[in-house]
Amino acid sequence: MLYRENGQFKTSYRADQQIFPILQDRVAIGVLLLIAFVAVPFIADEYMLRAILIPFLILSLAALGLNILVGYCGQISLGTGAFMAVGAYAAYNFMVRIDGMPLLVALLLGGLTSTAVGVLFGIPSLRIKGLYLAVATLAAQFFADWAFLRVPFFTNNSSSGSVSVASLSVAGIPIETPVSRYIFCLAIVCIFAFLAKNLVRGHIGREWMAIRDMDVAAEVIGIRPVYAKLTAFAVSSFIVGVAGALWGFVYLGSWEPAAFSIDRSFQLLFMVIIGGLGSIMGSFFGAAFIVLLPLFLSAVPRWLGIPISVVTTSHLEFMIFGALIVFFLIVEPHGLARLWSTGKEKLRLWPFPH
Amino acid sequence: MGPFLETLFGGLMVGMLYSLIALGFVLIYKASGVFNFAQGAMVLFAALAMARFAEWIPKYTGLNNKFLDNAIAFVFAALVMVVLAWLIQKLVLGRLVNQDGITLLMATLGITYFLEGSGQALFGNDIYKIDIGMPKDPIFILEKTFQGGLLVNKEDLYAAVIAAVLVALLALFFQKTATGRALRAVADDHQAAQSIGIPLDRIWVIVWSVAGVVALVAGVIWGSKLGVQFSLSLVALKALPVVILGGLTSIPGAIIGGLLIGVGEKLSEIYLGPLLGGGIEIWFAYVLALAFLLVRPQGLFGEKIIDRV
Repeated sequence: MLYRENGQFKTSYRADQQIFPILQDRVAIGVLLLIAFVAVPFIADEYMLRAILIPFLILSLAALGLNILVGYCGQISLGTGAFMAVGAYAAYNFMVRIDGMPLLVALLLGGLTSTAVGVLFGIPSLRIKGLYLAVATLAAQFFADWAFLRVPFFTNNSSSGSVSVASLSVAGIPIETPVSRYIFCLAIVCIFAFLAKNLVRGHIGREWMAIRDMDVAAEVIGIRPVYAKLTAFAVSSFIVGVAGALWGFVYLGSWEPAAFSIDRSFQLLFMVIIGGLGSIMGSFFGAAFIVLLPLFLSAVPRWLGIPISVVTTSHLEFMIFGALIVFFLIVEPHGLARLWSTGKEKLRLWPFPH
Repeated sequence: MGPFLETLFGGLMVGMLYSLIALGFVLIYKASGVFNFAQGAMVLFAALAMARFAEWIPKYTGLNNKFLDNAIAFVFAALVMVVLAWLIQKLVLGRLVNQDGITLLMATLGITYFLEGSGQALFGNDIYKIDIGMPKDPIFILEKTFQGGLLVNKEDLYAAVIAAVLVALLALFFQKTATGRALRAVADDHQAAQSIGIPLDRIWVIVWSVAGVVALVAGVIWGSKLGVQFSLSLVALKALPVVILGGLTSIPGAIIGGLLIGVGEKLSEIYLGPLLGGGIEIWFAYVLALAFLLVRPQGLFGEKIIDRV
């Protein structure tokens, strides 16, 4: 009844090719953005911003980057944590070594460094596929873990091996309070989501999807696999690198290589799969799910008043987490994004289905 | 020459354990097309079960014969792995038939988390010892050829023998028994195997059980050497480059790949490590495998992937 596109005629190509062709979608997105930018900073307390919203935003950005590679181009990667680490450490080095380096430029340079590394580790994808590639990308992960732990140059010769950044600011405005950090992340995430959405529905995105669906056939119709695969690696690692830099700078403040370990890579892959492969929206759903689940699981025994030791809780969390992932894959292998679109289809006909 | 050979031996011993874990991967991948990330967690789970059963049996039954205790514990642990295999097939894989490789991979990652959590919740999360009476004393060999001889761990030699026996048994099982033949048929072609009446469900349970028992043996060897603890689960990550180096579908590939990686890792640590700042063991195997894949994408012995339009 509410969600119906009857009467919304498109009279120009421009109108037909909008990101959100349906009026209700545009309104919904506008309201959502308004809430996120204006209402949330007033409502949310510090804990909510620090522990839930900021990690959620940054991880959704990373998941978005990974989704471009895995969901749109079909190249499985288990080395996302490494590209996040490259972004974070590169941005850190640009900040520390160059005087007066603006934060935003450092973030973008971090992303570009990550792009270079991503393309380098993407080269094997031209020869190997599927699970072989998945394992090959682990090479990036372990190499990065080692490099940032052992090579003093990357950590600016810090003796403890951990690095930290202080006093972030953009154009003279300090980004210190949780609210300003949240707004900063939100703005970046929105810009990247918008760019990514446009990229995947354009020429290059179609090439990626063709390669994903059947690479030989794509090659036959004139898509260059080298170009398509490497651009997917490049764009994906750029976004992931920026997310990594944000994770280090804005969320953690000071960090060690362990912050970008293989667990992080798996976590991001879970987000992409649970959220929905090949869906920008899905990356956000997946990130929300994975960020909220552990909080929820640790809170449940407290609500129920069951005394459980911390160790048992962590084991139970592992078990429930594993079981839920399996359950999810069985019930909805296409992820939360599919549930969302099914819901929208249903809503179109509501309340008078055929 | 002496230190070189000692490193070589050390590498071969570690490589053998990698081979055992890689063997579990290959068995399952061949038969069901599942890339079983949970193999490491299965090793941990099996080793924990074995360690605790060996501890509980004398405590609750008063049976104080070390050999019997260990034997019974081993049988129980093997049973646990069979039940686990059945549950995995029943609850997870049976419901994910016809899904993409990546979905199945994620499912085994879920299983990994579940096994790591439940293994520690059921059996405890300390460091446990598995004492199967392996001799710990080092021996010297070839004292005539080299000055001072070569230092070899007796335990390692026993472990190598156990692993070799296991591989031989597996080969016999695959080549000589009816079930083994059915397994090979399924590995070759699922549909053809099914069409001549081989029950896929049962075959998959068997394969996962066999992989579980292989994991148990690997866990026991590793555990008696270094103790059973959570980090055992991570050893599987070391076995992954072995699988891609050897080829996902080849059992000899798993064994030779394991030995190659084990030796390469130790030698590189000794000879290249000091130049690069040490600790290169963690990534050397991966980079080696990656470089190798660029030349031969299907691994040493893997089947060549042929695409058709």
